[in-house]
Amino acid sequence: MEWDVLIAIFPSVVVDGLVLGFVYAMIALGYTMVYGVLQMINFAHSEIFVTGAFVGAEILLIMQAGGTLGALHPLALLAVIVLVAMLVSAVLAVAVERIAYRPLRGAPRLIPLISAIGVSFFLQDAIRLVESLWRNAFYLTYPVVEFFDLRIAIAGDIDVPIKSILVVVASLLMLVVLTLFVNRTRLGTAIRAVAEDQAAAGLMGINVGRMISLTFLIGGAMGGAAGALFGVQFGTINPYTGFIPGIKAFTAAVLGGIGNVPGAMVGGLVLGMLETLAASYMSLLTGGAFGAEYKDIFAFSVLILILMFRPRGLLGEVVREKL
Amino acid sequence: MKGSRVLAAVLAALAIAALSLPALPVQAQQLGTIKIATQSPLSGGQAALGEGIKNGAQLALEQLGGPLTRMGFRLELVPFDDQAKPDVGVANARNLVTDPAILLVVGHLNSGVAIPSSEVYKDSMLAMISPANTNPLITDRKLRNVFRIVGRDDVQGVVGAEYAATELKVKTVYILHDKTAYGQGVAEFFRQHAPKVGMRVLGFEGTEEKANFDPIINPIRARNPELVYFGGIYDQAGVFFKQARAKGLRSRFMGPDGMDSSELAKIAGSAIVGMTYSTVAGPTAVYPAAAKFARDYKAKYGKDPEPFAAQAYDAMAIGLAAIQRAVTANGGRRPTREQVTAEVHKTRAFKGLTGTFTFDAKGDPVPATYFVIQIVSGDPTKWGQNRLVKRLDIKPPSGSM
Repeated sequence: MEWDVLIAIFPSVVVDGLVLGFVYAMIALGYTMVYGVLQMINFAHSEIFVTGAFVGAEILLIMQAGGTLGALHPLALLAVIVLVAMLVSAVLAVAVERIAYRPLRGAPRLIPLISAIGVSFFLQDAIRLVESLWRNAFYLTYPVVEFFDLRIAIAGDIDVPIKSILVVVASLLMLVVLTLFVNRTRLGTAIRAVAEDQAAAGLMGINVGRMISLTFLIGGAMGGAAGALFGVQFGTINPYTGFIPGIKAFTAAVLGGIGNVPGAMVGGLVLGMLETLAASYMSLLTGGAFGAEYKDIFAFSVLILILMFRPRGLLGEVVREKL
Repeated sequence: MKGSRVLAAVLAALAIAALSLPALPVQAQQLGTIKIATQSPLSGGQAALGEGIKNGAQLALEQLGGPLTRMGFRLELVPFDDQAKPDVGVANARNLVTDPAILLVVGHLNSGVAIPSSEVYKDSMLAMISPANTNPLITDRKLRNVFRIVGRDDVQGVVGAEYAATELKVKTVYILHDKTAYGQGVAEFFRQHAPKVGMRVLGFEGTEEKANFDPIINPIRARNPELVYFGGIYDQAGVFFKQARAKGLRSRFMGPDGMDSSELAKIAGSAIVGMTYSTVAGPTAVYPAAAKFARDYKAKYGKDPEPFAAQAYDAMAIGLAAIQRAVTANGGRRPTREQVTAEVHKTRAFKGLTGTFTFDAKGDPVPATYFVIQIVSGDPTKWGQNRLVKRLDIKPPSGSM
């Protein structure tokens, strides 16, 4: 056993796990918000996420083609792509809700779920079609912005690329803003009221349809931001990139306690960390018998164990009190 | 009532007869259409190479189709998009064998797609000439209808390992592959040969990851190998190289001919400067006969030929020559697929752009040429300037099966 190797890579494993965890967490927020309000799993959310990644890539590629990539400060550049990606994804999420879910509001629970899966497939191939017509390629690579790859020493000989720090900071910021919004503002209170009891909220004068749209708007914006940051962090995307992170983020939402906003964050971090630890150490610890590709088996085995003992997730599902 | 029905039937029969009459004289002048299919990825991450294959074949058909046209045949290229996926390639194959006008397939790009697809062609003895497939199993299955004009991975892996040990003086290597027939195959041959030339293999791992290589890079970085060999294709390897350099891995990089596309530079940028790859298809500049081809290609398609485009031109040329001989042997009439396949086998010292081709009984070229190439720039437009650092003519291994 190579203990020195195990120890030497530990700090960067932790950093990678955190970054991946925060990406999952941001996507998980979209699943959890919608579930909290509608008790519905929005499987199209992974495509909302990937749309954000494509929007970010397109902005950068168009700027690169126009030679204006260096004109903005990299931080401003990041802010622009994240904000535009949030906007586009949010609008898309609201449109999806209007077209594919709202007409099914009264239907049994499984029906909107199937509709969501259909929307997911539709969006994948719609992105593929648009990119194929526009660029004759649907695998996009983010242009290199040197600044994002610069490494900052955080302690001793551990250094982290700036983009990883940006991902962490951006998602922390969003979590805080979202939590404050849901708990401290009138609109947030209205959303919580709708989540608790739609009929009663309607009787109190809350516009239920609008609150549901708002939920999709926020979830979509989170997904779009996560997409753009994912693109900056990992570099290459295609229309089907969203599927695996989407499934993982959904798992993270369940792990943290679905419907629970801080739970999504915790779930994402735990899952990202488990997965990265497994992938990095599996082959070292088993002498190469199990490679990094077994990471998901390990991570999901741990999840099953956790859910056996805490079936409502780490922080607990948001359970409504019915009178 | 009854009478009018009989009358209608007679009228209909007459009408059909009248309609079919004018068709007869046309058939006398025209012997019909001979179609040649290409199968390569025209969409997806490897579309750049796949399109090069289609374009190269098309150019050959236009420039060299004269004799067959004069014999009275109309020539047509039917491009298929196999999406670099075995299931799509096989579905296309089933589709195209039902068209009796198709007498030849030029393709595929990926061995993993070519192997199952060629099983479908075999049933009707439809000849497949591959401009790019390097997996030994392509020809080692001894299908009579399968040919290739490039070298093999069992030799290519060895060429890479030899070069790493003797010229780069590398002592330790970490091997990754993409778990496909092609990538894993060539990586295995590299691994088997490495200890024989004094290299220690620090790790051997397959991955289908395309976005986040962090967990794979961490252990590599800790072991600090002098060389990382990636048995795979540029769309995946490029992402790995880029992330590995960004994470501070300083090892040299090497790969097989799957690295050979300007797209690699587009994805990985400066991370790949100085890396080497072995290939069975040299840059167009190393083939004196291909200079005119490169000019024609650029004039027609507006870009430089991608790797394997010249090979696709040659594959088409060999196929057209065989079809021509088959037509002559058949008394000027359309030959069967078996006859065409038999004629491809008789190809002897055919002078193409990228070499002089003779097939052995299995369909391998004797000898095949292998190259080692070094990447000089991370700028995709300078891909054509990559430096040829080694050139070897090697016969296919005789004992392998």
